[in-house]
Amino acid sequence: MAQIFSRNSNPLSRLLIALVIFTVLGGLGLITAVYRSPYMNRVGVPPEQPVPFSHKHHVQQLGIDCRFCHTSVENSSFAGIPSAKTCMTCHSQMWTNAQVLEPVREAFRTNQPVPWVRVHHLPEFVYFNHSVHIAKGVACTTCHGPVDHMEMLYQHSTLWMSWCLQCHRHPEKFVGAKAAVFQSNWIDSRTQDLNMNIDLAKAELPDGNSLQTPEDIRKALVKHRKIPNAMSMTECYVCHR
Amino acid sequence: MNDTFEPSTNFKELPILKKPEEKVYWRSMDELADSAEFRTYLETEFPSKHDTWLDPVSRRDFLKVMGASLGLMMFTACRRPLEKIFPVNEAPENQIPGKPVFYATALAFGGLAQGVIVETHEGRPTKIEGNPAHPDSLGATDVFTQAAILDMYDPDRSQSVVHRGVVSSLDSFVRALTPELAVQKQTQGASFRIVSEVTSSPSLLAQRAAFLKAYPKAQWIQYEPLGRYNALQGAKLAFGDFLEARLNVEKADVIVSLDSNFLDEGPAKLRYAREFAAGRQLTDGRTTMNRLYVVEPCPSITGSTADHRLALRASDIESFARELARALNVSDVAAGGALSPEARKWVNVVAADLSRSRGSSLIVAGDEQPPVVHALAHAMNQALGNAGRTVSYASSPVAESATGWQDMQQLVKDMEEKRVDLLLFVGGNPIYDLPVDVELARYMNRVQFVARLGLHENETSNLSHWHVPQAHALESWNDVRALDGTITIAQPMIEPLYGGKTPQEFIALVLENAHSAHDLLKDYWKKESRVALFDSFWQQSLHDGIVSHTALATHQPNVRSGFAKEFSAIKGDVEIVFRPDPTIWDGRFANNAWLQELPKPISKLTWDNAAYLSPAMAKRLNVENGDLVSLNYKGRTLDVPVWITPGHADQSLSITLGYGRTKAGRVGDQHGFNAYMLRTSDAPYFDGGLTVTKKGGSYKLVATQTHHSMEGREIVRAATLAEYKSDPKFSYRKTDWPEESETLYDTAPKLDEETGWGLTIDMNGCTGCNACIIACQSENNISTVGKDQVSRGREMHWIRVDNYFEGSTDNPEMLHQPVTCMHCENAPCEPVCPVGATSHTAEGLNQMVYNRCVGTRYCSNNCPYKVRRYNFFQYADDSTEQFKFMRNPDVTVRSRGVMEKCTYCVQRIQEVKIEAMKTDREIKDGEIMTACQSACPTRVITFGNIRDKKSRVAQLKNEPRNYAMLGDLGVRPRTTYLAKVRNVNPEI
Repeated sequence: MAQIFSRNSNPLSRLLIALVIFTVLGGLGLITAVYRSPYMNRVGVPPEQPVPFSHKHHVQQLGIDCRFCHTSVENSSFAGIPSAKTCMTCHSQMWTNAQVLEPVREAFRTNQPVPWVRVHHLPEFVYFNHSVHIAKGVACTTCHGPVDHMEMLYQHSTLWMSWCLQCHRHPEKFVGAKAAVFQSNWIDSRTQDLNMNIDLAKAELPDGNSLQTPEDIRKALVKHRKIPNAMSMTECYVCHR
Repeated sequence: MNDTFEPSTNFKELPILKKPEEKVYWRSMDELADSAEFRTYLETEFPSKHDTWLDPVSRRDFLKVMGASLGLMMFTACRRPLEKIFPVNEAPENQIPGKPVFYATALAFGGLAQGVIVETHEGRPTKIEGNPAHPDSLGATDVFTQAAILDMYDPDRSQSVVHRGVVSSLDSFVRALTPELAVQKQTQGASFRIVSEVTSSPSLLAQRAAFLKAYPKAQWIQYEPLGRYNALQGAKLAFGDFLEARLNVEKADVIVSLDSNFLDEGPAKLRYAREFAAGRQLTDGRTTMNRLYVVEPCPSITGSTADHRLALRASDIESFARELARALNVSDVAAGGALSPEARKWVNVVAADLSRSRGSSLIVAGDEQPPVVHALAHAMNQALGNAGRTVSYASSPVAESATGWQDMQQLVKDMEEKRVDLLLFVGGNPIYDLPVDVELARYMNRVQFVARLGLHENETSNLSHWHVPQAHALESWNDVRALDGTITIAQPMIEPLYGGKTPQEFIALVLENAHSAHDLLKDYWKKESRVALFDSFWQQSLHDGIVSHTALATHQPNVRSGFAKEFSAIKGDVEIVFRPDPTIWDGRFANNAWLQELPKPISKLTWDNAAYLSPAMAKRLNVENGDLVSLNYKGRTLDVPVWITPGHADQSLSITLGYGRTKAGRVGDQHGFNAYMLRTSDAPYFDGGLTVTKKGGSYKLVATQTHHSMEGREIVRAATLAEYKSDPKFSYRKTDWPEESETLYDTAPKLDEETGWGLTIDMNGCTGCNACIIACQSENNISTVGKDQVSRGREMHWIRVDNYFEGSTDNPEMLHQPVTCMHCENAPCEPVCPVGATSHTAEGLNQMVYNRCVGTRYCSNNCPYKVRRYNFFQYADDSTEQFKFMRNPDVTVRSRGVMEKCTYCVQRIQEVKIEAMKTDREIKDGEIMTACQSACPTRVITFGNIRDKKSRVAQLKNEPRNYAMLGDLGVRPRTTYLAKVRNVNPEI
């Protein structure tokens, strides 16, 4: 019987199979890379705001505490963004005619809100409560990053569930002294620099002076704050009601 | 590829690959993807044409469609869209965004107050709770009060002033009204009439007095179709004055209800229900219970809770009352009509029981019985020495409305004779709900200027020249009295959404003294309160929800004699009985979807009313449920479907009012049958002379529960008091509590040692009022689904109240059982979810994660209690703006394709837990209340931490009556029931 397939069918078919596998894996890899890129999750990409509000200027250079504007962060699930009146407490007396502040003045005049673009936005099926995180000693900068270095605010963390679970599974890695919660110096938790604010944490614990390593201090903090164990903190209903 | 799909030769024999009847040929995936139908499917992500899914589509084609769409949808919606966020311009004080603020107010029903506390989020009311400080609420609410929030956000509410069908303005209205008023002033208002709903509002009644002073010959009529005229006139007969009888049910050991649904009708029903249930408590070692006898024609909630119930025609109740009065030696009472032997026996036994409880018994007459029955009840209470003990009397806060019906008839006569030129309606719907022989509609065009203030442009506004939108009770400044006279200064939760006016503002316009509702009320109270520090009085009253010490003083009247000397029997074989509808009342709630879909407590009907009759009568007429009959009464005919009601009196047919409306709105129109078309003014509640004939044909009536049999399983357990005393653990079955090791699954969740949430429901107090259902619907953003979907069993209520009948069909015992998710420790729904959307928490909750659910529905399949509800379609209305305001922001709004169920109000649990975590304190018992628990008037639902031995729920679970429903399945439910006990009189 005549041969149906030519001689070089063998290597050709092997090449094709390899190509298909490579394409499929490569395609999946590409999709994953795209999905995890800042294009999709907006990490590090500051959106354009109606007023170029600089956290660096107000927080680092002027030393304003987070809570001056984000007033409900200790009481409520929602941290709050400042009303136009808050801005005008200072800007009715300085930079009063600055062009960049015109939307704020207009809002104050016409009683229409400033249309800020929301930077940190969890999907609607997630419930997040700021106040309980503050009460347990999670610093603002832990999640929001070096806000005091941001000229225009951008999202520092991906805010993905896997990112939330990093802390919920190991709170001792991220919880700090209560006195340090609103401090703007940011600890890069990825480099695990545990020595920042360790004195404040020691001062807070009843038997802080007897603890030696930063790991012990942080574990003691978790216990002292009665933070639930990882099992309780990773139950679905905690965030998905 | 071939044009047609041909199975390869090897598989021809296999039946599964036979071609379907309708052949749909697809050449390729691309062609499929590019077809016009498919494109439209893509464009409308949630196809509103649900009918397409009812057509038989082969599974293969379905998978092809889904496969193609998957390919196309992969790259959409990955990137988080940028959204705007808007802060307030000037943050109001005391408002923290994200935390609700609670305000006390009161809603008026029939003119009398229901005190409430309203939860508001960011300035919008979202949930209504009872006000514990209010005497007629005691922290509970009824179905109407809970559903009032939907009434407020009803998109069909009128949003503008309307003049002859054209949108107008308030200024135009005032400009048109002013010359009419000038004309009336000249005649002292001789042709000026105002018709309002019954009100007890001191400020509005003061305006009424001012109005009658300005226009001495004018009239202000207070009218309601289902008012309490009989009660007031009965008091007049007995005492000579319009007094209210305030029951002290907690002091009564024996209660006799003469067709009185006092546990579910009337302004103080929540208080009566609470006290009644308290008198039946068998927890904590108590062994005495009160006893309730009910005599009524059609089964009601009170009748279903009774220890003994006699089904007696409405027209025979007066005879029963007369015989009972004579047996109790009340003087000057003529004999009534003939009674059946059973009824005679009842008279003797009940009289004997009452005589044994002098001073601690109580006789109540229903609002649907004529005044003489009320007077007889007063006389009997006096004869038994109950006055001042189990019943006390005070002036009625609505005494001035007692002649409303006669006044309306006179008004129509005046209109017929063209003696009315200016007619104003303040609320109400007399065109729809006046008796059919009072022909208001016919003479409306003989009045020169008719205006109506109302929430909706209803049937009456439709025939008026002007319509002015009314502010809802939740948007109004108002003052209103409870039954005992306690005043509540009601404050609005939100500014009127559509610029509506309160009745006080409207009348102020009429009196040419226009002010805002707030100013009117505050000025009135500044004058009336006469307190030294008005501001603190005002703040305190608004905060508390009541003005202290405003209850009307009690009287000690004497019953006159001679009012029952004559008796005239009702003629005719079959009687017709008109009753208020348990969920629609007199028609005012017809456009409220929650109430339309709420199953009626006894019949479980939704979206329609029906003619209720006894099984014996149905057999004689040869009708089944839904068959149409012609009701012929006084020359008028109405065709209605029947609903066979076990326990209904024979030779009696009852029909509820409030349906068949034409201008209620998109929800209420064209549902049900208008019984007002048969109701006449001389016999508003019952009459003889009804002829019922089978018409042929049927109407689809939809009920959520059509069979009421427990099928041999012990779902509701009940016993008599004697049985309970001899064996308190009568409801215990060892098989209900299987050993923990009796399970094949190794996946038992690790449960927390310190906290475990559980619930108990005491069947002994549950009246079946359904307040828990509406409260749950309001708290958890539960959607309505419409009549067609309810007929398929797809109603979305997370808690339902099941009814079971036991005994004979003529007069069965009725048992109510609220059923929620049991949060089984060994939940059958959890292991079967393919995506892990439902799992168990360490604290015992069976949690439901909506974003994981793909809609397999295996969990619902496995649930033995069938408490899981599936969103077969996009039931949640996500486009109407008003509903976005109304919804609870703490609960996810579920979309299509997602399973949902009771969560033990996890949002409430979390709220309290978070607050406790912030301040490092323990959660107190009773601090977390589920929505159903806080609404329940009889307080039979108890929720709490079962691991805390001192908590109420743990104590209740240790009661001997505690049992688990279907516990023998080994699911270990966290919701358990306390069995029902009846205080049976062995002599009956």
